[in-house]
Amino acid sequence: MTNKPLTLAEKVWNDHLVAKGENGSPDLLYIDLHLVHEVTSPQAFDGLRLAGRPVRRTDLTIATEDHNTPTWDIDKPIADLTSRTQINALRENTKEFGVRIHSLGDAEQGIVHVVGPQLGLTMPGITVVCGDSHTSTHGAFGALAMGIGTSEVEHVLATQTLPLKPFKTMAINVEGTLRPGVTAKDIILAVIAKIGTGGGQGYVLEYRGSAIRALSMEARMTICNMSIEAGARAGMVAPDQTTYDYLDGRPHAPQGAEWDAAIEYWNTLPTDEGAKYDAEVFLDADTLDPFVTWGTNPGQGISLNDTVPSPDDFADPNDKAAAVRALEYMDLTPGTKMKDIAVNTVFLGSCTNSRIEDLRAAAAIIQGHTKAEGVRFMVVPGSAKVRLQAEAEGLDKIFKDFGAEWRFAGCSMCLGMNPDQLAPGERSASTSNRNFEGRQGKGSRTHLVSPLVAAATAIRGTLSAPADLIEATSKETN
Amino acid sequence: MEKFEVFTGVGAPLRRSNVDTDQIIPAVYLKRITKTGFEDALFAAWRSDPEFVLNQEPYKHAQVLVAGPDFGTGSSREHAVWALRDYGFKCVLSAKFADIFRGNSGKQGLIAGQITEADTENLWAALEANPGASITINLVEQTATIGDLSVHFDIDEYTKWRLLEGLDDIGLTLRDEQAITDFEAKRPAWMPKTLPAKH
Repeated sequence: MTNKPLTLAEKVWNDHLVAKGENGSPDLLYIDLHLVHEVTSPQAFDGLRLAGRPVRRTDLTIATEDHNTPTWDIDKPIADLTSRTQINALRENTKEFGVRIHSLGDAEQGIVHVVGPQLGLTMPGITVVCGDSHTSTHGAFGALAMGIGTSEVEHVLATQTLPLKPFKTMAINVEGTLRPGVTAKDIILAVIAKIGTGGGQGYVLEYRGSAIRALSMEARMTICNMSIEAGARAGMVAPDQTTYDYLDGRPHAPQGAEWDAAIEYWNTLPTDEGAKYDAEVFLDADTLDPFVTWGTNPGQGISLNDTVPSPDDFADPNDKAAAVRALEYMDLTPGTKMKDIAVNTVFLGSCTNSRIEDLRAAAAIIQGHTKAEGVRFMVVPGSAKVRLQAEAEGLDKIFKDFGAEWRFAGCSMCLGMNPDQLAPGERSASTSNRNFEGRQGKGSRTHLVSPLVAAATAIRGTLSAPADLIEATSKETN
Repeated sequence: MEKFEVFTGVGAPLRRSNVDTDQIIPAVYLKRITKTGFEDALFAAWRSDPEFVLNQEPYKHAQVLVAGPDFGTGSSREHAVWALRDYGFKCVLSAKFADIFRGNSGKQGLIAGQITEADTENLWAALEANPGASITINLVEQTATIGDLSVHFDIDEYTKWRLLEGLDDIGLTLRDEQAITDFEAKRPAWMPKTLPAKH
């Protein structure tokens, strides 16, 4: 035992060391939970088959179908042949190798990063991997959770370990109190705008401070989810009572004496007083506005109260060139008020913002309002469970009465892999995580927003905050 | 995996920063269940533009890509590396790579060599002054050379060693099998466990 104060990330790392790397070779880390989906696994299972290797720990592995799955007509065969082939490959691979799967139609099916926490499989202090970059979501529990490529998926299936080089640590300190209408999504969009899409490269981010402590687990998941958009391999929040309350009673959460033993260990995880981070970033929650992206990478974000920037606003030649290109692609003119930008589609969903709290927050905004004419509003719960919960609370009725499409669970319009896509040139306000060129369909234009901004935008037809609705109403009353 | 030491091929300048993996290979191409045959998918959206660099002779036959900073950001899709590899690329040079992309490259024998922004400009200028010029990538020396211009690239020592030896990661790890089994014996009982398969 050393007395050196350690960060949360370092503690989890140290407690998973199977073998320490020597002479520049990486450490070998044990993986506690491996989440699998249809897109990044077929070639990995194929590799096992070719080498005659089994899945080492089927009891630490779980699969779900999400990226390719349609969100309408889920009882019919998947119309797209290649999608159907890929889903069938997952079903057959999990059957052959003995891995539990939650298929389309199953009550536990849904986006892999919604399903893990919902089942209580994601716990503080564990290591989680998945062949999906948004695995960082699970860091909200104080887990070390990383997205990996297909070769690494095969590696974990075969060995339940990963060779990894130690990361640097970065503290993201968010102090203060968010104003009404400002959410976790705005925090993370502001963080990415501040440090850039490469700012987190080589780091594990730890979100700290009073504003983070005040957030619910689902809000913390939203923040950790987009750590990858800052280039970080993982994002974490230290576990606390909020974490324990969320976990308590979930299907896979420890019970009785095991729960007590787990809590005892989890309480040792928060970063020690005096521990040093390799870098620190500060963000003031008190003054934060709703945030929205104007460009084609998640770092190109500004306050919703701002105007579209000009390439001349950027000193760095790469940023300037990227801005020129982004403005052209997004068909935006510098100086335009962000709030004057009209959208065709509003998408509420994705592993960033499709949990029950997101749906409740959006439903509370739209209730009593009418949808802007010509705007399509898609609401896609993150999992079949979330959908059922929302229906039990009557949220589906609020969305449907408003004119929204109430769909089945999946990744949906976050990425152009399933039927839910924008047409070329169409513009969306989207609660998802990436505004890359063509991400939501070829030629699609994406503005990343919070669920609150999404809801207000669906009412007004232009990018809007909930506060704009109140102003509009009070003007009418006056 | 094939051993990599020295390679010479046509270099292509890609004057863009933040080349995310959705640009390298759009999601629609990720539905395939094979590990090869992704050459048509590489930069699919950009390649529909006749002006795009890889649509120009002689860059069509490029095997070394020199790109702006923050290459490979976004999704973890290893398909991005497969698409580059299947098109014929052996090496990408950039001032900054996304972590997952860099890791995936190392698994597939694609060199992700980190160079300075100044050297990126130097290589772009050299390639554009002499279209179709070859770049020699020397992994042992960690150099990229066009005629008289030779620049250093960074690559981590372990990946370099694996690429030079052509070693498979899983095989390497399984040499530590006993350590894995020992570690498993000490894991607390409350750790997450999934239910048995339903099949």
